[in-house]
Amino acid sequence: MSRVAALNELAIEEASRRLRAREVSAVELAEACLARIAATDARAGSFLEVTAETARAEAREADRRIAAGDAGPLTGVPIALKDLFITRGIRTTCASKILESFVPRFDGTLAEKLRAAGAVLLGKLNMDEFAMGSSTENSALGITRNPWDLSKVPGGSSGGSATAIAARQALGSFGTDTGGSIRLPASYCGVVGLKPTYGRVSRYGMIAFASSLDQAGPFASTVRGAAMLLQAVAGRDPRDSTSIDAPVPDYLSGIGDGVCGLRIGIPKEYFVPGMDGDVERAVRTAIDRLVALGAVPVEVSLPHTDYAVATYYIVATAEASSNLGRYDGVRFGLRKGGGKGLRDMYGETRDAGFGAEVKRRILIGSYALSAGYYDAYYLKAMKVRTLIRRDFEKAFERCDVLAMPTAASTAFARGARTGDPLKMYLSDILTISINLAGLPGMSIPCGFDASGMPIGLQLAARPLDEPTLLRAAASYEDATDWHRRAPSLEAA
Amino acid sequence: MLIDALVKLTAEQVNKVAALARLTLGADESERMAADLARILDYVAKLDELDTSGVEPTSHVVAMAAPLRADVVTSKPAVADALANAPQSDDGYFVVPPIIE
Repeated sequence: MSRVAALNELAIEEASRRLRAREVSAVELAEACLARIAATDARAGSFLEVTAETARAEAREADRRIAAGDAGPLTGVPIALKDLFITRGIRTTCASKILESFVPRFDGTLAEKLRAAGAVLLGKLNMDEFAMGSSTENSALGITRNPWDLSKVPGGSSGGSATAIAARQALGSFGTDTGGSIRLPASYCGVVGLKPTYGRVSRYGMIAFASSLDQAGPFASTVRGAAMLLQAVAGRDPRDSTSIDAPVPDYLSGIGDGVCGLRIGIPKEYFVPGMDGDVERAVRTAIDRLVALGAVPVEVSLPHTDYAVATYYIVATAEASSNLGRYDGVRFGLRKGGGKGLRDMYGETRDAGFGAEVKRRILIGSYALSAGYYDAYYLKAMKVRTLIRRDFEKAFERCDVLAMPTAASTAFARGARTGDPLKMYLSDILTISINLAGLPGMSIPCGFDASGMPIGLQLAARPLDEPTLLRAAASYEDATDWHRRAPSLEAA
Repeated sequence: MLIDALVKLTAEQVNKVAALARLTLGADESERMAADLARILDYVAKLDELDTSGVEPTSHVVAMAAPLRADVVTSKPAVADALANAPQSDDGYFVVPPIIE
């Protein structure tokens, strides 16, 4: 790289170092990101709302903390949040008409921890409505485009969280991953995306889609950046009874220790017939690179992989149909109708407020849970979920980390899958099992296809073994420079 | 199991489920949703290929007992905060359309 990186292009670990060395101010960093957003977001469409004024105030406060010697690693680092994290005083929409004017009066745990850490919030990011989708095309409030090719989707549901990093509009961001919603857009946009172990990060203040699967996690341009973001938000939260009560390790210590002797499992079911040749080549080459660095390859089998999407679309829709019952036009959000009484108001509000995919999932979930069908669908799916979990338990007897593609293809064209819900669901075929098993997983850049679109390497580890996951990812990243490439996003 | 027999969905059945979920669908929408749901349910019927007799269901991936806490008030939002996002409120209450004629 010949030119000096602009401030908005810095990796979090580098920005953090320069901030504390007083080589750069939080205000300068925030201004660089805000300028980049102003210059590029008409094309990328990452943001639903840019909170420029509060960002400037937070940056000034961060500079005061740094001057006073009261700074943590993220103090002054500009970040952005998927618009399903509840933020006090900042509109939180879930990209849905039903929450279009919802302004929370409190912070969720994730926002609260990031504020306390001194991170500077640049704004809220676009997503598929209620995180239901794989392309961000289900947003009711905006269009997000892949910064590498504006005619293509960014992936989803955390599309804006990935494009904000790819377009170098923010140094870090957070999304959520229920069936691949962090890893898929990270792969499609050529950035690092990490889904922690289920329960590692509190769900309090994360608008619920499927409660047994939802998990928040970071996006960054580097593995160490993602590790620093996870560090700030991980941990037990008394306000989320499913958050895991286990100590949070130091994710940076040991991250550079390399993969010598680490057993890398390669699940044969993840190299599916019909997958893109460029993707298969790039991922196999990445695994070879890990082996060259000292890792030991082990072929493993996850025999129930082919049943994961079917299992997921019962479990997730059933939970969603229950979670989305709260949007009733009474306490918050949109209200429509009601001329014929309360029931009429419920129906009209939900009809006007929810998009087609949200309705589809509420209907599937309600059907799967309804009397007479519960055993055939929901109970059956919960049993298959057990089989999928056992596959991973067995695989991890023989390996420490799994390596495979994040997606079978690179980003697809806008509109290519919107007419066929099932085809869209199958975009997540390689990410969903990891949610069903509750494991930590991530996607890191590992190359480009012939048309210049990014390819993601997916890694997964045992529950709560984020340290090993991050170590393997950092080892690969240190040996390659895919993560340094960024799209130009120049105006046509 | 039963799944094969269930996937012929009519718009009428979809409307019945929609009513349970408090969704009002237009006529076109019911037809379209019936077709979509039939295809999706047809796809998920592949779970029937697996023998799951004797398999315990997984409802939650983290083994934990349901945690208990003391039965005391831990958060008490101000009435103004609770009502701040209400579509309609009056004198400290949420206002809803008539429930009884």
